[in-house]
Amino acid sequence: MRSWVSLDIYYCSQYYSSVQQCRHGSGIIVNNPLGTYDMEIMKAVLGLEDGEYVVGDGFGVEGECAGELVFNTQMTGYMESLTDPSYFGQLLMFTFPVIGNYGVDEQNFQNKNVCALGCIAKEICDKPAKKPSIRTFFEEHGLLGIEHVDTRALTIRSRIHGTMRAALVVGSDDGKYAVSLARKTPSICDINPIPEVSCKTPYRVPGTGSRIAVLDLGLKQNIIVSLSRRRGDLWVFPHDTTHDQIMACKPAALFITNGPGDPKQAVHAIRCIRELAGQLPIFGICMGNQVSALALDGNTYKMKFGHRGANQPVRNSDGQIFITTQNHGFAVDGETLPEGCRVSYTNVNDGTVEGFENRDLRITAVQFHPEAHGGPRDTECHFFDSLFRRLA
Amino acid sequence: MPKRTDIKKVLLIGSGPIQIGQAAEFDFSGTQACKALREEGLKVVLVNSNPATIMTDPETADAIYIEPLRADIIAKIIEKEKPDGILSGMGGQTGLNLTAELAEMGALKGVEILGTPLQAIYQGEDREKFRDLMKEIGEPVPHSIIINTLSQVEDAIREIGLPAVVRPAYTLGGAGGGIAHSREELLRIVELGLSRSRIHQVLIEESVMGWKEIEFEVMRDAADTCIIICGMENVDPMGIHTGESVVVAPILTLRDDEFQMMRSAAIHIIRALNVQGGCNIQFAFRDGDYRVIEVNPRVSRSSALASKATGYPIARVAAKIAIGLHLDEIKNTVTGCTAASFEPSIDYVVVKVPRWPFDKFKGADRTLTTSMKSTGEVMAIGRTLEEAFMKAKRSIDTDVRSHTSQSEIRMILSRPTDERFHCLFDAFRQDFSIDDIAQLTSITPFFLEKIKNIVDMEKHLALHCDTKDIDAAKRFGFTNAEIAELSGKDILEIERCAGLPAYKMVDTCAAEFPATTPYFYSTREPGCEIIRSNRQKVLILGSGAIRIGQGIEFDYCTVHAVKALREEGVEVHIVNNNPETVSTDFDTSDRLFFEPMLLEDVANILKKDDYYGVMVQFGGQNAVNLAVPIENEIRRLGLSTKVLGTTPDAMDIAEDRDRFSVLLEKLQIPSPRNSSAYSEDEAKEKAERIGYPVLVRPSYVLGGRAMEIVHDTAELETYMKEAVRVSHHHPVLIDSYLQNAVELDVDAVCDGTDVLIGGIMEHIEQAGIHSGDSACVIPTQSLSESIVNTVREYTKKLALGLGVVGLVNIQLAVKDNVVYVLEANPRASRTVPFVSKATGLPIAKIAAKVMIGKKLRDLGYQERELEHVAVKEVLLPFNKLSGVDTVLGPEMKSTGEVMGIDYDFGLAFYKACISAENELPLKGNIFISVNIEQKSEVIPIARKLRDLGLTLYGTEGTVDYLLDAGIEAHLVRKVQEGSPNVLDMMRHGEIRLIINTPQDKQSRQDHYQIMHAAVDFQIPYITTIQAARAAALAIDAIKREKITLEPISHYLK
Repeated sequence: MRSWVSLDIYYCSQYYSSVQQCRHGSGIIVNNPLGTYDMEIMKAVLGLEDGEYVVGDGFGVEGECAGELVFNTQMTGYMESLTDPSYFGQLLMFTFPVIGNYGVDEQNFQNKNVCALGCIAKEICDKPAKKPSIRTFFEEHGLLGIEHVDTRALTIRSRIHGTMRAALVVGSDDGKYAVSLARKTPSICDINPIPEVSCKTPYRVPGTGSRIAVLDLGLKQNIIVSLSRRRGDLWVFPHDTTHDQIMACKPAALFITNGPGDPKQAVHAIRCIRELAGQLPIFGICMGNQVSALALDGNTYKMKFGHRGANQPVRNSDGQIFITTQNHGFAVDGETLPEGCRVSYTNVNDGTVEGFENRDLRITAVQFHPEAHGGPRDTECHFFDSLFRRLA
Repeated sequence: MPKRTDIKKVLLIGSGPIQIGQAAEFDFSGTQACKALREEGLKVVLVNSNPATIMTDPETADAIYIEPLRADIIAKIIEKEKPDGILSGMGGQTGLNLTAELAEMGALKGVEILGTPLQAIYQGEDREKFRDLMKEIGEPVPHSIIINTLSQVEDAIREIGLPAVVRPAYTLGGAGGGIAHSREELLRIVELGLSRSRIHQVLIEESVMGWKEIEFEVMRDAADTCIIICGMENVDPMGIHTGESVVVAPILTLRDDEFQMMRSAAIHIIRALNVQGGCNIQFAFRDGDYRVIEVNPRVSRSSALASKATGYPIARVAAKIAIGLHLDEIKNTVTGCTAASFEPSIDYVVVKVPRWPFDKFKGADRTLTTSMKSTGEVMAIGRTLEEAFMKAKRSIDTDVRSHTSQSEIRMILSRPTDERFHCLFDAFRQDFSIDDIAQLTSITPFFLEKIKNIVDMEKHLALHCDTKDIDAAKRFGFTNAEIAELSGKDILEIERCAGLPAYKMVDTCAAEFPATTPYFYSTREPGCEIIRSNRQKVLILGSGAIRIGQGIEFDYCTVHAVKALREEGVEVHIVNNNPETVSTDFDTSDRLFFEPMLLEDVANILKKDDYYGVMVQFGGQNAVNLAVPIENEIRRLGLSTKVLGTTPDAMDIAEDRDRFSVLLEKLQIPSPRNSSAYSEDEAKEKAERIGYPVLVRPSYVLGGRAMEIVHDTAELETYMKEAVRVSHHHPVLIDSYLQNAVELDVDAVCDGTDVLIGGIMEHIEQAGIHSGDSACVIPTQSLSESIVNTVREYTKKLALGLGVVGLVNIQLAVKDNVVYVLEANPRASRTVPFVSKATGLPIAKIAAKVMIGKKLRDLGYQERELEHVAVKEVLLPFNKLSGVDTVLGPEMKSTGEVMGIDYDFGLAFYKACISAENELPLKGNIFISVNIEQKSEVIPIARKLRDLGLTLYGTEGTVDYLLDAGIEAHLVRKVQEGSPNVLDMMRHGEIRLIINTPQDKQSRQDHYQIMHAAVDFQIPYITTIQAARAAALAIDAIKREKITLEPISHYLK
């Protein structure tokens, strides 16, 4: 079942170093037999665009970064989230207060690297069951984190205000500076992070079954695992691949992955889908759902604070409910979907579109993550099995 | 699908008396379910034998039967009430077993089983069916074999090996189970297990000892939507019953892929069981591998914990699902804006610690195994695990001795007892390494690290204690008092430095949605979510963990006080830490603080808002003990808050023997000669003066802790060594012991001007047996009208003389037509719910109203004259605790109570005996063995029993005596006279009732063995002459008349 270890070589990994400019600094941790509270601790500060800032203790290395502050409510799977490319360019805050209990489980990474800009936690576990700890891992990989902040208060603030831009400065407690950084950083709607997380060159994950062209907008590793497990012969393409290049591999279907940022920035993918719609079955997850809607002249919008967690209920058209993993800040506007499209899933909490299909054009897309990792696997078989059934 | 229209009336079976393995959680679940069903316009018929429950309150259900939970009786109720459905999964295992029995006897024709289907009841409880189902769906279970006879043990050893786990089918809290390390041990446990199992079946199983124990609470609706409410992880690994384990929520040490693997399995299993409602599934986990250990297709103690840990009302939702609603059609009442079809996400850590009764049972085997011994539990919430551990530790309120000897610690760690959790701290204090402790305990090092962090902090604070250290210590949940003690600094300085805690909300969704539930916990963070209100507010102290002497009765009183004040438009806040209770249901009060109840924790709450008053009367002795400290603290802080009701000073008069004696003298009320002493010498001198036998006990006691009847100086010396440790601040009380007096209990409400008598209860056992263990009856049966009037007069005089405002419980004794007052407790007593149910007078509510200034005269209640008779009987935990002396005495031993109600004393007593699992036989053999001094008293009883057609057996002395009196009786050998003896007869099921009163020293061993066997073989027994007399009356009555089966409202018309 661990077929994905062999997939490791297919990772593209160059993007990371270009994004974070971290100073490897003087965060000295004194080995103190009396425990963590007496360490020589790095200061750190998180500044928000609304002018508020919170000071905490830093972990990882000194440095600064700015982006959207988002919160995730899942209680396990912190490494899956940190390595989820959809968090690229965002500061990821965990609402669960004790993070890092089982260490860094590299076998469950969704990307070779941590994709979130920085990590905000109430408390990082220093002595997890398995080594390395998040702290060590962050130090070794030059990552930024802040702990001992009131994440619940920050979550409530984000919920009321809507998602805010924020800046994390590790190695300083200058709140005003952090706020100014936050205010300077561009809105997520004005940047296109997809090229940073999409593969640079095409690669193949061979399989004996149907050939599937995977358009990589920043894929989670478990999408590949889920497709491979069902013997899919996967040809993975960079985000800006043209429809001709894709058709050249003679795929039985096109699969659009998840990815970071505003779907409207994914112009290449939108164009590609528009060209291929009707020619072959198209499947999408998350960003894949949104760009498919945009390709059909539907619209997407930025949500107040999005859905990020592993407890999101969605209802299918039969009225059955599934608990899903989600990670999105944008949603498809169901009203704008053209004729022939049918909303296939809605969110039980807020009624937003969680998937749609167009039978004529053979497009099936979901906003949630049936591949899980982290989160519940309730829709995995449902989604991926039916995908392959349709190709058979 | 909307709710079903064909179901209009539902029968709900409660779980009966509180006992080990089945506590207040089923009152919480049942009450929630009743509310949920009635909201949907359904009628609810409720049967429960336990009067101390909110579910049996007139406003909870449409027809309430306080009747024995026996299938034939419930069948008659079904015949009468004709419900459309029966909700099977709300009354614990008792409820499920009864549902199965009713179905088997054909009593459910036209009555649909809702929620848990019959098939799932069998699959959940019958080990073989469970294993077959798991195999069928491909879920792994431990390798095991099922046996029905003792001779199959050899096969089991061959196939499974040792150690092996024994689990009897159809028992509560795993009673009769255990882990066997040797052949002898296995034989012993299997024999016991077979006798306890309803179907004489036990399972012997591959030991997964030391694996992680993981639990899931799962919900499923008719549309097959499945959700996980909460995953919980036991700190104590497999091998210790989950009810006996320290548990954390959510699961903390599993990777997401491991967690999801078991989550998927849990959903797989609930689908296979076809449960519509809630289900508890337990797994053992090690190195990526798991076994399904157990399923409970019903609400449970764990589901109550999960409800409180997440805020998700499992029982409420399960009840709605049972009548056809789908999860997405049920509102999440916590957020008010989302549906129940989601999985709670929490942003705090929860710790549960069990409470054991070993402080009451000195001789009991304290080892923790796969069967339950604990009576209750506390829950604590924190933003760090250290904080939650620390809060749980101070909520649990046990007198723990700390261990310093390495070998002692090693022993406790490797052979778990109730002391182990506390001993983990001791081990770190003695510099044990994590590896060492992990080896000894199999506890996951992650948890040990956290405990080590706490101990390291203790050590650190002794050396450094600046602002930063205080901040770190507060983050770990230390109190100011603890920091002051460890650092040697002034507490005021610590307090100034530490500031106030923040209170955060439990909202099911980790703040993703705005929530409206007023359910809070404290933590050390900046963001406080309490919004001060302008209304008049009262804080009520709850009673904490269920323990012997402080049971569900006090939760009942707390809830009633809340309801009463809310009726009066007062905003009511509760502080409590017991997750099983109705009082900690999020919609019981206007605001719930899930907190420890030490002075500092309570004072912090008082500082956060302007409270008009605090009520300590309803939470039992622990809350009452806080009266004076809270009053002092209020004064120190300059708050305007008042301790409502009886003043702390008046409470002190009641507790202080000398002051109380002076008062009684002034009021000209007789009392037994009594005194108090602070030292052994003083005690000896005072005891001499009063005259032996004397009753001795420490002051400020809970359920008669360490109370004893002492016959001579030697016994007194031994006692003093014990008692002084129990309480050093308060003296030892010495009373003259009134032998063979009739004891009475009175519950009354006083407003300072008038006194309302709730009920006068006559004890069935003689004075000297703790009133909590004594069966009692309303109205009195053996007393003349003039004596009862004297009792009324004394009660009134004393309540007014003490200055009681609120409830008072007075204990009296009548000997030779003289009424003595033994003691007065100006607070809610254990008998308040019984009195309320028996008389229909809601005295706890009345008291709460009086405490905020209402007058009895205006409320318009009067003492009731009853045409019916209500008997309270108690349930004793001896079958759950091996090695315990079964003789009743001044130390309270019972865990719960039942009520029998009818128009005749005999019938009411008979019903009470059935409910207390002590069913009186109508034919067959009775074994009688009584104390020499009581032989004359036993003659008429024996004669009556013989006349009723029962056959009498006895040992030599008793038989001779009976034969002399012309009553035929058969001789049976004493135990030490060799086989066949009385034990053999018992083993073969030839004895239906045992009457065995405490014996002289020579035959005590005999008595002990007989009582032990009676408990093991579940043979009804009686240990007092008075109860034997009542039993004879009851058997007589039941042979003459039919029992009445009417709802409680019928009696109270």
